[in-house]
Amino acid sequence: MIQAFAFYLFASLVIASGAITILARNPVHSVLWLILAFFNAAGLMVLVGAEFIAMLLVIVYVGAVAVLFLFVVMMLDIDFSEMRAGFIKNAPLGLMIAAVLLAELVLGVGAWNSGALQLGVADGASATPEGLSNTAAIGALLYTRYLFLFEAAGIVLLVAMIGAIVLTHRQREGTRGQNVGRQIARRPEEATVNVKPAVGQGVTL
Amino acid sequence: MIPFFKGLGLSFEAAWTVSTIAEILLIALPVMLAVALVIYADRKIWAAMALRKGPNVVGPIGILQSFADGLKVFLQETIIPSAANKGLFLIAPIITFTVALMAWAVIPFNSGAVLADINVGLLYVLAISSLGVYGVVIAGWSSNSKYPFFSAMRASAQMISYEVSIGFILICVVLWAGSFNLNDIVKAQKDHVWIINGFVANPLLFPVWVMFLISGMAETARAPFDLTEAESELVAGYQTEYSSMAFALYWLGEYANVLLMCALNATLFWGGWLPPLDLPVLYLVPGLVWLLLKILFFFFIFSWVKATVPRYRYDQLMRLGWKIFLPLSLFFVFAISGYLMATGHFA
Repeated sequence: MIQAFAFYLFASLVIASGAITILARNPVHSVLWLILAFFNAAGLMVLVGAEFIAMLLVIVYVGAVAVLFLFVVMMLDIDFSEMRAGFIKNAPLGLMIAAVLLAELVLGVGAWNSGALQLGVADGASATPEGLSNTAAIGALLYTRYLFLFEAAGIVLLVAMIGAIVLTHRQREGTRGQNVGRQIARRPEEATVNVKPAVGQGVTL
Repeated sequence: MIPFFKGLGLSFEAAWTVSTIAEILLIALPVMLAVALVIYADRKIWAAMALRKGPNVVGPIGILQSFADGLKVFLQETIIPSAANKGLFLIAPIITFTVALMAWAVIPFNSGAVLADINVGLLYVLAISSLGVYGVVIAGWSSNSKYPFFSAMRASAQMISYEVSIGFILICVVLWAGSFNLNDIVKAQKDHVWIINGFVANPLLFPVWVMFLISGMAETARAPFDLTEAESELVAGYQTEYSSMAFALYWLGEYANVLLMCALNATLFWGGWLPPLDLPVLYLVPGLVWLLLKILFFFFIFSWVKATVPRYRYDQLMRLGWKIFLPLSLFFVFAISGYLMATGHFA
């Protein structure tokens, strides 16, 4: 009983907050509703027993990605009248994307109704191993069977990260950054000089 | 507690619901009371280090000061700035306060005495602590005022920077304990080095604990990392526009977070509810008492640092997080997993 209640609660909240994400006028409100949708999706994953994925969803998406997203959106100064003026121009593209998504949904539900695909059950690789926790099962698969794919995904992300840094990094002239090592290595003898300048003569610095 | 309520003639589902609510209250109410008392303790320690007396008027040696402050704040008028985004402005302190209490669900107070004994307890703590930043960011944006907004910017960058190294630090603990469950992590620390209970006695994990303590201060935005409410630059940061109970919720949430960080230090590195040494005599003292003593010890360290260390500059904070803690914690992940592989820990 409580499982059904929790499922319908989370599911309806995901759909409702997803809908409000695209309907909200204020972009900051949209991001906050999106975060609520992520959070409830994590709740759904806990219900199906994928607690590891649920926690990762919250840590990665809610805790890091959405914070940065909110960070950017908060600083934007969005002109709403300009945004509405672009509506007619972008409407055909939007309708096309909506049609593709709808077709995929219909196709997906249709395929699901005609019987589930038997994915990798023959050698038991995709079935949940008995007596293993979620984390151990995912780790065992990722680091044995899918090791090369996993590492390749890591390399792709690393390349993207380095690319972003290279593209946005700019060297500025005349900045005086703090060099902590040099500050600590400095001794009183070399930091202070005792001079006695003659009248009318200054000291060189 | 479920068998007790079933004994009263309730069905399993009803007993489960009632006992969960009872356990939540059993954790949340003492935490709130503890928060009131540690605010007083914090002020007393801070005063003693500055050679002042601190609160000493309300009640014997001033011990009721926090309650008097609470009553004062409760009776004030709630002022909502006319340009603020009202809904979000009022939700923000509630988020901070709720999130600060949520993470206590997985802290083990004794062997088996934990509200939610879940497999991914440590990840749950990480997930919940990463939610805490929303209270600050939403407050900063919805106040529609310059200083709170600066504070929100600082808070979001600070949290993300230090969560990365905290993640690596926790991986070191998980590698050694072999579990994400906090109770299993505590049990893995029994007799860790000779008869000492606690990962902190391990020479490979001691530097990791030091990094965790400092990152914990940055994560809870305590001095010397309290740039989000730096009064010399930002008035009071994200709390500038808040008054009355909304302000009090930030106040309580902040200290509940600090206590949680102390409890995590105790649980992950200092043996949690285990006594410090594995001697039969020490097991006569209940585990809860050991955990509380360790939490208070760490709270004293937090207060001590607050009273003695000046505030970091923002670029120094970022440098410490990204250029020192991140490479160091990554190095220790490699070193510890390499050591454990070499000694056949996983075999």
